Amino acid sequence: MQIAFYLSGLVAILATLRVVTGTHPVHALLYLIVSLIAVAMVFFALGAPFAGALEIIVYAGAIMVLFVFVVMMLNLGESAVEQERAWLQPRAWMGPAILTAVLLIVMVVTLASGDYDGSISGETLTAKMVGMSLFGPYLVIVELAAMLLLAALVAASHLGRSEAHDEADLARERQRELNEQASAVASGETSIHTREESRDTQEGKA
Amino acid sequence: MNWWTPQVEATLIAMVQAVVILLAVVVSGALLSMIERRLLALWQDRYGPNRVGPFGLLQIAADMLKIFFKEDWIPPFADRTFFVLAPAIAMASLLLSFMVIPITPGWGVADLNIGILFFFAMAGINVYAVLFAGWASGNKYALLGALRASAQTLSYEVFMGLAVMGIVAMTGSFNMRDIVNAQENVWFIVPQFFGFCTFVIAGIAVTHRHPFDQPEAEQELADGYHIEYSGMKWGMFFVGEYIGIVLISALLVTLFFGGWHGPLLPPIVWFLLKTVFFVILFVLLRAALPRPRYDKVMSFGWKVCLPLTLVNLLITGAMILLIDPGV
Repeated sequence: MQIAFYLSGLVAILATLRVVTGTHPVHALLYLIVSLIAVAMVFFALGAPFAGALEIIVYAGAIMVLFVFVVMMLNLGESAVEQERAWLQPRAWMGPAILTAVLLIVMVVTLASGDYDGSISGETLTAKMVGMSLFGPYLVIVELAAMLLLAALVAASHLGRSEAHDEADLARERQRELNEQASAVASGETSIHTREESRDTQEGKA
Repeated sequence: MNWWTPQVEATLIAMVQAVVILLAVVVSGALLSMIERRLLALWQDRYGPNRVGPFGLLQIAADMLKIFFKEDWIPPFADRTFFVLAPAIAMASLLLSFMVIPITPGWGVADLNIGILFFFAMAGINVYAVLFAGWASGNKYALLGALRASAQTLSYEVFMGLAVMGIVAMTGSFNMRDIVNAQENVWFIVPQFFGFCTFVIAGIAVTHRHPFDQPEAEQELADGYHIEYSGMKWGMFFVGEYIGIVLISALLVTLFFGGWHGPLLPPIVWFLLKTVFFVILFVLLRAALPRPRYDKVMSFGWKVCLPLTLVNLLITGAMILLIDPGV
């Protein structure tokens, strides 16, 4: 298990580095998928197969698909690669890199001075145990997340609805026109003629 | 001999079993291309391929020879890495899913505790095959096919997982072997009928079979995502689709039809009989149903199937609590 943990951890770090340094957007996304699968493997190695499986299903299998979906729609060509290369100057990444390095040193020192005994192990968590703790001590967080997702769902449905609304309006307008025509028919024949003539001229234009 | 320990024996038996299952799946996937054509012909009152060998049985050999020796061409405008990677993902992810299916009490590759979740993970990875193939081909039809495929698969995978959760709640385990053992008296099709309906629909949609073959609709997209593929790379998509059919059939048998359970006949025969029944059902669906419009497919998934699975799950949970409140 230790070997599995370190190997998949290494793969995750290397793949994530390639995501950041890569210039081709779709290739970078492929590395990100590899990185997520490697993180899932880390979960497996730590004895949390349920979390690992969910990591692949939710992140690699659903969220990343949407990322790839959008990037493919953008049809980024060589110009995007050039722009990305131009942005990857040391001037741009030097500052954040130094600050993150400081944080890394802090974390390594904390881990080294703590009660961490250097072994990678853990008892295997079952899905039942995960569920018990989710709906036990963390119930409020689960409910809040559910409400947040519901709000997002309603918002997305509202944004996507505008087109259907327009269609309904159009249908109502068409109905009103038909009603007008019907009343015109009722009022007399002359108006029908003019209406037909006007339609003929319209068709001629089309 | 002191190296011949029970452990070595168990390892060897497990390895042989895994290889036999792998070969059986790949061979049946390849054979299905011929069987499907013969069955379709039977239902449409014609002969189908019947010239090569007895009853046209060697047609598959001829097809395979053709696929193997055809020029393996990568278009100059394609993205090479992704173009080569896509068919490998298509076949490998589905083949790996067979790992969790218990065939008989003694046969099966892995006895995973997360069982069914492993299949969903692999089905999630499988989407990338179509996405990458469509994008890497550098072809508009292929890209359109890939977009349709990813939207369709994502929508249908949502309730595919929820459809099975009723069974998981009743069994109390994700393990496929536990699920089969729980069906010794009553198959899960009886208490989980709506779960079964939605799982079948989602299964067909995830394997892009008729009537959910929007990604490759010949009439509109001229084969969709694998339009630029040729030779063995195309063959891998082709065989991968049939492996998908066998996989979904085997899953239906394991989850809803009691797996190897059945009277008189030995377990392996029951498992194979049930699986073959569902494979034939897949082919019959293709012969019988037309392809619906794409937006109808999407709204059917979200507006009919998803609410149905949610209601099914709610009622299942209520019944479990009603019958045995102690759990």
